[in-house]
Amino acid sequence: MLAYITRRIFIMIPTLLGMSVIVFFMLHLTPGDPAELLMGERASEEALQDIREHLGLNKPVYVQYGIFLKQLLQGDLGETIWTRQKVWIEVKQRFPATIELAVVALFISCVLGMILGIISATRQYSIFDYLSMLGALIGVSMPIFWLGLVFMLFFSLNLGWLPMSGRLSVGVELQTITNFYVLDSILTGNWEALRDALWHIIMPAFTLSTIPTAIIARMTRSSMLEVLRQDYIKTAKAKGLSQFKVVFKHALRNALIPVVTTIGLQFGVLLCGAILTETIFAWPGVGKWMYDAVMQRDYMVIRGGTLFLASIFIVINLCVDVLYAVINPRIKVQ
Amino acid sequence: MNPIKPKKIPEDRHPFFDQISQMWRNKTAMAGLIIITIFIFCGILAPSLSPHDPLETSLYDQIKPPLWHANGTWKNILGTDDLGRDILSRLIYGARVSLAVAVISVGLAFFFGTLLGCISGYYKGFLDSIIMRIMDMILSFPYILLAIVVVAYLGPNLRNAMIAIGITYIPRFARIVRGSVLEECEKDYVTSARAIGARDWRIIFVAILPNCLGPLIVQTTLSCASAILDAAALSFLGLGAQPPTPEWGAMIAQSRGLILRASWVMTFPGLAILLAVLGFNLLGDGLRDALDPRLRD
Repeated sequence: MLAYITRRIFIMIPTLLGMSVIVFFMLHLTPGDPAELLMGERASEEALQDIREHLGLNKPVYVQYGIFLKQLLQGDLGETIWTRQKVWIEVKQRFPATIELAVVALFISCVLGMILGIISATRQYSIFDYLSMLGALIGVSMPIFWLGLVFMLFFSLNLGWLPMSGRLSVGVELQTITNFYVLDSILTGNWEALRDALWHIIMPAFTLSTIPTAIIARMTRSSMLEVLRQDYIKTAKAKGLSQFKVVFKHALRNALIPVVTTIGLQFGVLLCGAILTETIFAWPGVGKWMYDAVMQRDYMVIRGGTLFLASIFIVINLCVDVLYAVINPRIKVQ
Repeated sequence: MNPIKPKKIPEDRHPFFDQISQMWRNKTAMAGLIIITIFIFCGILAPSLSPHDPLETSLYDQIKPPLWHANGTWKNILGTDDLGRDILSRLIYGARVSLAVAVISVGLAFFFGTLLGCISGYYKGFLDSIIMRIMDMILSFPYILLAIVVVAYLGPNLRNAMIAIGITYIPRFARIVRGSVLEECEKDYVTSARAIGARDWRIIFVAILPNCLGPLIVQTTLSCASAILDAAALSFLGLGAQPPTPEWGAMIAQSRGLILRASWVMTFPGLAILLAVLGFNLLGDGLRDALDPRLRD
């Protein structure tokens, strides 16, 4: 097991290195002068010279890459162009918001997706099965940026039930400790803020959870169907166990193995896919920040943010693979 | 004496035809095919189908509601946007843009992915591990992020969005083709083709590749669905089609300011995206059932 994990971590190194190459050379492969690309076409010669000096663009490319890599190894993602602040600090401020949203969305999609999948599998070819699988297919096909706007129109503007954007209402005080607002409000015993934070997170989280819910439902269904066909299920039924016991004690446990993998992979997708949802609901996370950077053409933010998100994605996928090996006794030690 | 008529021996049908008839009986696939056909129809015949010029603005017809509203008129069946452009016409022309995106970006990914997959699977060894490591690297980026980064550097327009989406889809095809080629290479017909001295490219493209078509077709269909969705998302973020192009995602983005006053401006493009993507997903799911017996449940 340990050997497997070590090997996987070593395989990760060339991937991370290659990623840094792609992200770094993207700026240099783009036609035109990098300094001009960063500062815009109308920048003065002095400003261009200044940025070249500041980012070391005068040096040969391989030296630049060396410096870039050295900084990366020290955990330095560079500075933003416009605010000249450390990219790392900005990421740290915003990442909790993104995680919070992704965790709530993942929770929703796990609960909904697994319930739909289990019922569909136990009642294969019933009306419920057809409807929920059609629903899942629609969910996979959903343009979530549009769905978010539709939610907004109904629940905020027409019905006035839920707030339209942001993480907290104006005027609600919250002492931040971890920057996870839901957690912070519980830690400080601030129930008004907790209610408000939950109120704000419902709509973006539901929007974000659409596609994962559909994927998890389909995965749970097909995995359950496969398990339900096994001999040990027949044995369990023949023993006279109740349907409930057969499904939840004997079938679900085995069916969950591939589902857990799917859920883990979806978490990575959620963290990075939050760009659209965060933009619509003005959720101050990493996704919104990267979107703003793209609009302002702050390439240092794009570079740092991409590296950060992609690394997180790779690490999560690694954890999922390891977890899969741990929970699946069949592929242990190979 | 009556001559004995030979009994008609049933011809050996190529399995491909069986698969086609399987698909024909698959309701999911047919539903998808019908939706896609309608969209292709709209796309090709856009100039004659659409009642107005999609780019024509009209000061007098700003924010007209659809037909079934109190003030709706037959002139603009689905209403108009804030510049007085006819929404139905823009939707019909939008089918063109979305289908072009699907064909070009998936075509790009298909071409390069298949090529790389063939090389990887056929020659194996060092070349294989280099190609597959690069594919892993692309896959290790969350693809919408990669597409956004590529467009951010190349500049926001529809062409670059298509390139970005194409690049991010290459690994899917490369992996599938590599797997199939590896499997097929072990079979006798490849050995015999080698024995009679066929050239490598001939073995790959004439002998092996046609036998890998099943999973490839499924992947192409499903990729078309996600390409349309991703292109719409990029356009919505302002990184794809630029105004005034009648692109569905861009139309939704432009209607955000009208969300309260004129919800229909936002509603219809979203439904159009949903339907088109659903069509390709339905067809892909149905095809998978018909073409890939391993995945059948």
